[in-house]
Amino acid sequence: MSERGRGLWGDASRRLRRNRAAVASLAVLGLLVIASLVAPALSRFALDEVDWSLATLASPPSFANGHWFGTDSNGRDLFVRVWAGTQVSLLVALLATAVSLVIGVAWGATAGYLGGRVDDWMMRFVDVLYALPYMFFVIILTVAFGRSLFLIFLAIGAVGWLTMARIVRGQALALRRQPFVDAAITLGLPARRIIARHIVPNVAGTVIVYATLTVPQVILFESFLSFLGLGVQEPLTSLGRLVAEGAAEMESAPWQLLAPSAVLATILLCLNFLGDGLRDALDPRQRP
Amino acid sequence: MIRYALRRLAGIVPTLFAIVTAAFFLMRLAPGGPFDEEQAVPPEISANLQAAYGLDQPVHLQYVRYLEGLLQGDLGPSFRMKDYRVTELIAAGLPVTLAIGATALALAVFAGVPLGLLAARRHNRWLDHAVMGVALVGIAVPNFVVAPLLALAFGVWLGWLPAAGWEAGRPEYLVLPAITLALPFIAYVARLTRGSLLEVLQSAYIRTARAKGLSSAAILRRHALKPTLLPVVSFLGPAAAALLTGSLVVEQVFGLPGVGRYFVQGAINRDYTLVMGMVVFYAALILLLNLAVDLLYGWLDPRIRHE
Repeated sequence: MSERGRGLWGDASRRLRRNRAAVASLAVLGLLVIASLVAPALSRFALDEVDWSLATLASPPSFANGHWFGTDSNGRDLFVRVWAGTQVSLLVALLATAVSLVIGVAWGATAGYLGGRVDDWMMRFVDVLYALPYMFFVIILTVAFGRSLFLIFLAIGAVGWLTMARIVRGQALALRRQPFVDAAITLGLPARRIIARHIVPNVAGTVIVYATLTVPQVILFESFLSFLGLGVQEPLTSLGRLVAEGAAEMESAPWQLLAPSAVLATILLCLNFLGDGLRDALDPRQRP
Repeated sequence: MIRYALRRLAGIVPTLFAIVTAAFFLMRLAPGGPFDEEQAVPPEISANLQAAYGLDQPVHLQYVRYLEGLLQGDLGPSFRMKDYRVTELIAAGLPVTLAIGATALALAVFAGVPLGLLAARRHNRWLDHAVMGVALVGIAVPNFVVAPLLALAFGVWLGWLPAAGWEAGRPEYLVLPAITLALPFIAYVARLTRGSLLEVLQSAYIRTARAKGLSSAAILRRHALKPTLLPVVSFLGPAAAALLTGSLVVEQVFGLPGVGRYFVQGAINRDYTLVMGMVVFYAALILLLNLAVDLLYGWLDPRIRHE
């Protein structure tokens, strides 16, 4: 590696940096992550502390009493809850995406590389799961195994890997005919090693792009589970849960909907812009 | 073509069988049963209940019995809604769900495709950015936020449309739910159409059409439109299945008696037969729609030939 050419990654990061929307999204996301970690400490209220000094439990945003985003219907500070919820939503999204990534890439790369009958059966399995409604699985899993935070992301990730597996398999099918794979086979490398060292790194671009688009889907899905009352449980909260609670009070206490919705919408928009930017940067030909 | 369609149609049967089997055993693997109550029920009563619904038999016998019923078009009795057969429940809710789902599907196609075409024609100008920006918002905002907002704005403040409820045959009750349901799909279709048209416009045959002096409207209509719709059509297959099986959120917010809520209610209540009924319905719909998509492909792109 004495000569350093412009590789895929250098090219991609150059193209990404030229995309103003994607760079701005990345910056905003960074700020949101920092805010979610730091902000709860700035307020003098705790996550599940009820402020009995208020005239009404659900009080609108005010600088005078220190409730910058107002309070929820139980008199708890919304500023703290929104940022704590942001932490949980981001955590669930990242972990669920990681789970679906690991299963999806392993499954897809194996099926695509081995091909033939193994591929047929592995992909038929995916097809059958595909036709089962997504929601059905997650609800069964969460109802069956309780509603711990850990299980929520495991459940979402465990059903989210199907699309990933399909995408990776398609790429692996094309890759296994490449000369460098033939070379690896000639060198006597076992299939497991070829998949791990030669197939997986080559699908990384597609995988990264799809992963950034999976994160917003997971956040939305977690918020849907929270809407059903199957999401994270008290005293923890998530953005989806806060939005669902706010939606129920939107006429009497609109700030309860506005604050978490604004953060949720910002995260989702930024992730979408970033995902689009990454897709254009890593694969300029393929646009949605 | 017809032989291809028939062969695919026959192929649906084993897949559907595999799906029914997987769903049946998954449902039974989950701990808990439909008659678990908060309060302890005397063992005799719960034993009687189990026996009445055949739940005391070994699982494989229950499975065989379920399959026998299924072959005769009977989805079994609902475990939680006493005295109702699942077939009756689905038949009662389906007209509502289908009316709203079909309207939403039409909106997704007839609003999404033109918006996407418009954005692509004005590529990188402000109209393009505006349409794509709005589309992102449509995808990013969850429907349980959109639904109450629409109900509040058009139902309560403006009073133009009923905020909730359902009276069969009265179209004004259909508008808000259908729009709520359609919004993210309009957005996806617009994005797909735009991206696809931009790519199609790069092809050599479009350059040829331009070179022989066709107007850009004629190029779009005669040459570009059909290939542009290919990815849109493949998205619309599963999308149509999702729209036509209803949405719990939309039905709950607008107080509609559709089938969308059965999925969630059934899974939470362990109403095995109700969930199974919905799974069979959804899976059959998705398999048929995927077949329809493949057949449409052949019409949109003559290079794809089914033999």
